[in-house]
Amino acid sequence: MAETRAPAERPLSPHLQIYRLPLTMLMSGMHRISGFALYFGTLLLAWWLLAAASGPNAYAKFQWLSGTIIGQLIILGYTWALIHHMLGGVRHLIWDTGRGFGPQEREWLAAATIIGSLALTLIVAVISYLAMGGSR
Amino acid sequence: MSAIAPKHFRTPLSRVRGRGAAKSGTEDFWLQRVTSVAGIPLTVVAIIIGMLLLGRNQAATAQILGSPLVAVIMLLFIVCTVIHMKIGMQEILVDYVPNESLKLTLLLANTFYCWAVGLTAVYAILKMSFGV
Repeated sequence: MAETRAPAERPLSPHLQIYRLPLTMLMSGMHRISGFALYFGTLLLAWWLLAAASGPNAYAKFQWLSGTIIGQLIILGYTWALIHHMLGGVRHLIWDTGRGFGPQEREWLAAATIIGSLALTLIVAVISYLAMGGSR
Repeated sequence: MSAIAPKHFRTPLSRVRGRGAAKSGTEDFWLQRVTSVAGIPLTVVAIIIGMLLLGRNQAATAQILGSPLVAVIMLLFIVCTVIHMKIGMQEILVDYVPNESLKLTLLLANTFYCWAVGLTAVYAILKMSFGV
């Protein structure tokens, strides 16, 4: 057999850890991650509805758990994921029309998605907090 | 003899057609767009309904969720969401799970989960609505 030669030293194509994380890339990942999280959040939604349909005892259990710190964080996270995924979806629908691909446009859309989702979530949280008389 | 001899005579296009990782595509693609468009107003209204129900007791919550307009909106939100999340998870699975048998198992689990969660939520809304 002919002599075996070590493979030539060739540059490897850069992967995720090489790039400085651009905002557009982060928003792309966050759209999928928020969708993934919402997939399990829907189970909590179904639980809430079933508890309300079942009666006072079942609903009291839900209300107790949703009143704990962890429960509050889960509800806050679910709300943020919902709003973020919705705004990310709007961005994707704009892209589906063939618009919004320019260098400035996509940066602007990515920034609008994250700033918008954080702002709207904050508004929802503050209104909810005030509506509950500051108890949550 | 030659390393580049073709293994078969079908053209690359005919082999690849309809043979993506999911073996199908455009119906799900379109349905995902339909449910995302519908999901925008439904999500906004569902969040507002959720905020209006904060802190209410079970009787009041069930009464509001069971009232015709709220119940119909919640049913639309649930059905739209469950269709959208089933396709979304399917897309994630075919992207990231290379093992064929594990992928099929997870795709089955995805279908079962979405039906179970969706029907549970629909049942709860109908139960509150019809007061049984």
